[in-house]
Amino acid sequence: MADVVEMIQLSPTMEEGIIVEWLKKEGDAVETGEILAEVETDKATMEMESFFDGTVLKILATAGEAAPIGSAIAIIGEEGEDITDLLAELEGGQGTSAGTGDDSTADEDDAGAKAADADSGDQGAADRPDEGPGDAESKASEAKGRSTRDDGRILSSPLARKIAEEHGLRLEDIEGSGPGGRIIQRDVEAAAREGRRPAATVAAPAAVVDAVAPGEDVPLSNMRKTIARRLGEAWQAPAFMLTREIDMGAAVAFRRQLNDAAAATERGVRISVNDLIVKAAALALLDVPEMNAAYQGDSLRMFSSADIGMAVSVDAGLVTPVVRGAHGKSLGTIARESRALIGKAKDRKLRPDDIEGATFSISNLGMFGIDHFTAVLNPPAAGILAVGQTRRVPVVAEDGTIGAGDRMAVTLTCDHRAVDGVVGARWLQAFAAYLEHPTLLVL
Amino acid sequence: MPELLFREALNQAMTEEMERDEKVFLIGEEVAEYDGAYKVSEGMLARFGEKRVIDTPIAELGFVNIGIGAAMGGLRPIVEVMTFNFAILALDAMVNTAAKARYMSGGQLTVPMVLRGAGGAGGALAAQHSQALESQYTHFPGLKVMMPATPADAKGMLKTAIRDPDPVVFIESEVLYRMKGEVPEGEHLIPMGKGEIKRSGKDVTVIAWSRQMWNLLHMVDDLCEETGLDIELVDPRTLRPLDEELLFDSVRRTHRVVIVEEGHRMNGFGAEISDRIQQHCFDQLDAPVTRVTNLDVPMPYSPPLEEKVLPNRQRIVEALRAVAYLD
Repeated sequence: MADVVEMIQLSPTMEEGIIVEWLKKEGDAVETGEILAEVETDKATMEMESFFDGTVLKILATAGEAAPIGSAIAIIGEEGEDITDLLAELEGGQGTSAGTGDDSTADEDDAGAKAADADSGDQGAADRPDEGPGDAESKASEAKGRSTRDDGRILSSPLARKIAEEHGLRLEDIEGSGPGGRIIQRDVEAAAREGRRPAATVAAPAAVVDAVAPGEDVPLSNMRKTIARRLGEAWQAPAFMLTREIDMGAAVAFRRQLNDAAAATERGVRISVNDLIVKAAALALLDVPEMNAAYQGDSLRMFSSADIGMAVSVDAGLVTPVVRGAHGKSLGTIARESRALIGKAKDRKLRPDDIEGATFSISNLGMFGIDHFTAVLNPPAAGILAVGQTRRVPVVAEDGTIGAGDRMAVTLTCDHRAVDGVVGARWLQAFAAYLEHPTLLVL
Repeated sequence: MPELLFREALNQAMTEEMERDEKVFLIGEEVAEYDGAYKVSEGMLARFGEKRVIDTPIAELGFVNIGIGAAMGGLRPIVEVMTFNFAILALDAMVNTAAKARYMSGGQLTVPMVLRGAGGAGGALAAQHSQALESQYTHFPGLKVMMPATPADAKGMLKTAIRDPDPVVFIESEVLYRMKGEVPEGEHLIPMGKGEIKRSGKDVTVIAWSRQMWNLLHMVDDLCEETGLDIELVDPRTLRPLDEELLFDSVRRTHRVVIVEEGHRMNGFGAEISDRIQQHCFDQLDAPVTRVTNLDVPMPYSPPLEEKVLPNRQRIVEALRAVAYLD
């Protein structure tokens, strides 16, 4: 019996995958664990392994094609096996099965077909004795838990939609408790009581470009789509920004000292300013744990580990690989891991584990000569730090004399639903202290 | 108000109408000498004589056509079929003659006739004699269809049917004939096409007619207690023309609907109600309109199996829980 290879979920937010390249072609033998294809998800290009041994009998999704999760993309079986029935079945059953509405329609048709059979035969109608609501109900509960949004539709009752509209609520923001996750009256009413925010301010429609202006329309890559969606969401959070300057004199000297020592002893490691910043941020999160949080609607998640996301620019956009447990890692380890992650990001080899779940993020544009900027939150984390370049500037010393100093401006963007201004200010204070007294970074 | 059996209420309606209008007469199998197969016409032969209470041979197509001819000629026949299972034999007369006469004659011919008798399951009457055939008649323009659930409705609706200028199919439940209820005396008329909210509730609209409504009336308090839902019972009483607004008003208040009907699911009358509700109350629905019907098999003879096949308490509760999302 041949097996159907389905598009699997390679990242938690992935809805479809684009086959970049088939590494096996029809007729090739394949073993479990061998790489079948490279798949571009919304986050990264991933290798998709075979779960089956056998021969690739048929490739159903061609390279370049987007395949939704769960859709059949290939068939693997015995060489020479007849798969016409299987293909016919896939042909028939490939339609969207989202929603119990569709299910019950199919059900009715089924009953109809059976009744038609009965006309030609004898009492064939007895084949299907149970058409009661209990039947429909059990199907509905089967559907429960299955992702209902494979095709992007949100299941909701007509009444739920009407009430949501009246309250200016977005269905996207409401969890459905009905069969298959259907949003029903009580869900919308509960959301209305909680006062979820209105569509009027939330729905950020994509700007419609005037058709008159000439130009080329470039289709969005999956990554671009994800950036657009996630940052669009992030933009709705009430955020505030705190800016301060940090004296980087000591940090610059400390880094030079470390790198000189490392070079002299051929340790093969080089610490960047960014590594110092990652470590300082992680330690500051331990000092001010309120900043290491995420707003979750009805609760705050207080993270126990400082997992620092670093915004990395790549060809198609932006990814945020994560240095996990940075508070407990040495600068050398942070340096090596960061380098590896950035390399993987450039090669588009990041795996979901590499990019999910930052508890705090850092975006550094200093290397581009940017003095100061603000960053958009990287949900769900409540904070992101925008880092400018370290500049030699004239500074006034305590005795009133003017001299040269190294200064870096940073801006902390905070999700105000999770943290308040004082928390952000205290965090910045701690962060600055680590960089101004950099030996603390190795304490 | 006096308490009467359902069949006595029907008898009273016919008797009053025959006294009021000498054009009204009763014709059918065993209606005269035997007082009716279900004793609905008890005493009527003695009261009105053999010219107005007429026994016929077992020949439905023949005597239904006699009724139609008499109606075209100016009389107001009440044609009793022993059960509607036998009226299938006279379907051509009803569909092709009675239903079409006014239309095809440009209004020159009318058929002010009532075709009445027992419908639905009666208890161990098996596959051929337990059928609910109302949707067979509601399909056709030109026919009106009434199905009372209580003795009071039986009287008030039959009097209206007899006075109606067009053919009315009046389907009674075999099981209800022996049920008792208060019945207003004298001139009690329930308008054609007028339904009734038999019990007010705010959570779920349950639509049923005839015996299923009677059953619901007697178990609704238990159902409410068991499910925690405040159930509204709506009886359309006349299936065609249908009192849509009554149904829609209820749905707009409760947002969920269960239809309980005897007969097979496919093309059952509940499907028509369901369609109209989704058409007119789409934005008001919080759950799919759900139907509880006979199972899709011929009626078994065995009483325990008959109980399984008919809409029963268990399946009604399941439907109520489904539309209210009670898990």
